[in-house]
Amino acid sequence: MSGQSLLVIAFTAFFIQNVLLTQFLGVCSFIGVGKKRSSSLGMGLAVLVVIVLASVVTFAIYNYVMYPLHLEFMRTIVFILVIASLVQMIETIIKKFSPALYKALGIYLPLITTNCAVLGVALTNINEGFTFGEMLVYSTATALGYLFVMYIYAIIRERVSLSPVPKAFRDIPIAMIIAAILAMIFSRFGGLI
Amino acid sequence: MTVKDNFFKGFIKENPLLVSVLGLCPALAVTTKIENAIGMGFAVLFVLVLSNLLVSLVTFRPKLRELVMPVRIPVYIVLIASLVVIVEMLMKAFLPELFQSLGLFIPLIVVNCIIFGRAEAYAGDHKPGESVIDGAGMAIGFTLAIILISLIREVLGAGQITIWKSAVLDLSFLFDFLGIEPIAMFMKPEGAFITLGFILAAVAAIQNRVNAKKNAKKAEGGAK
Repeated sequence: MSGQSLLVIAFTAFFIQNVLLTQFLGVCSFIGVGKKRSSSLGMGLAVLVVIVLASVVTFAIYNYVMYPLHLEFMRTIVFILVIASLVQMIETIIKKFSPALYKALGIYLPLITTNCAVLGVALTNINEGFTFGEMLVYSTATALGYLFVMYIYAIIRERVSLSPVPKAFRDIPIAMIIAAILAMIFSRFGGLI
Repeated sequence: MTVKDNFFKGFIKENPLLVSVLGLCPALAVTTKIENAIGMGFAVLFVLVLSNLLVSLVTFRPKLRELVMPVRIPVYIVLIASLVVIVEMLMKAFLPELFQSLGLFIPLIVVNCIIFGRAEAYAGDHKPGESVIDGAGMAIGFTLAIILISLIREVLGAGQITIWKSAVLDLSFLFDFLGIEPIAMFMKPEGAFITLGFILAAVAAIQNRVNAKKNAKKAEGGAK
């Protein structure tokens, strides 16, 4: 993907290679949290902040500390620790400055540490050899794609929860089928490029 | 619980993927070929057995437990991440093709909920031996589940079964016989969601039936 224009990177990350629907990163949170609009929005925003911050920090650590010292093989450990401490730090800051928001985000904040999307984006940034600008655009677009799909999905699931679904399909199986239909729609955006 | 029960509970009764619905990301992403599912399964087996062993070792002795418990999450993360790095390096060295096709999902074993979940729910307060057996059973249950998904997807989507490298079982005659092409959708992301959705629905249907039978028996017993 490297070397393409920033617009193409953003569009691809948002629609065609959507983090949830085609890369399957963060599907656990998608199925678990995407039941209600309010919680999906809270989770999506929290993930947005963490993905962008974590991408910038891991990018800097990798390129200015680990690469010069030939410690590339340690990146999985270092990145997950960076993400965990970042999440902890954001939690403390939000708790201090905005107790209302802290209450609204509640359990979702600590859960972000184990969200595959955050570590996945941090690792993809390195694997694709992005420059700083590309990295910033890619991670922001990916996180916005996460938020967007999560919100649409929550709206659909709220509707579906009111309709008569066969007993065996209730809850998670029907959620998978909805995700499949959304994935079909999103993969067709590929025709636009 | 006997050792046998402990080992086999992960296969069906408490299958981490099909019953607890954990570890969805790799189950959806790498299941385009049975070969990939087997590779992923072995990686998870290695990490889960050793992480359960290490976690139960650091929480087993009361003194050490006192020290570890308040900071257990970072401790577990470091233990699991180190194991994943070992798998990553071994796979890169000895199975480079498999490493290429599994891609990002090998380092992402770190954030696989199954491994963290077993550390938190089981290995943290059981003996090392029991934890290893639990980990092995759970990992094999996960592997069987992702092999099932990739079996359905590969047969329907590509008309073949890739067991390992060149050991490919060609099933295109079946499609010729029916006069249709393999259904390419099953190799795409939407196919993954649909396959898993139907499998989970089947599991739910079986669970409903079992529960109904149990209730009927209970009602009968009550009537007597």
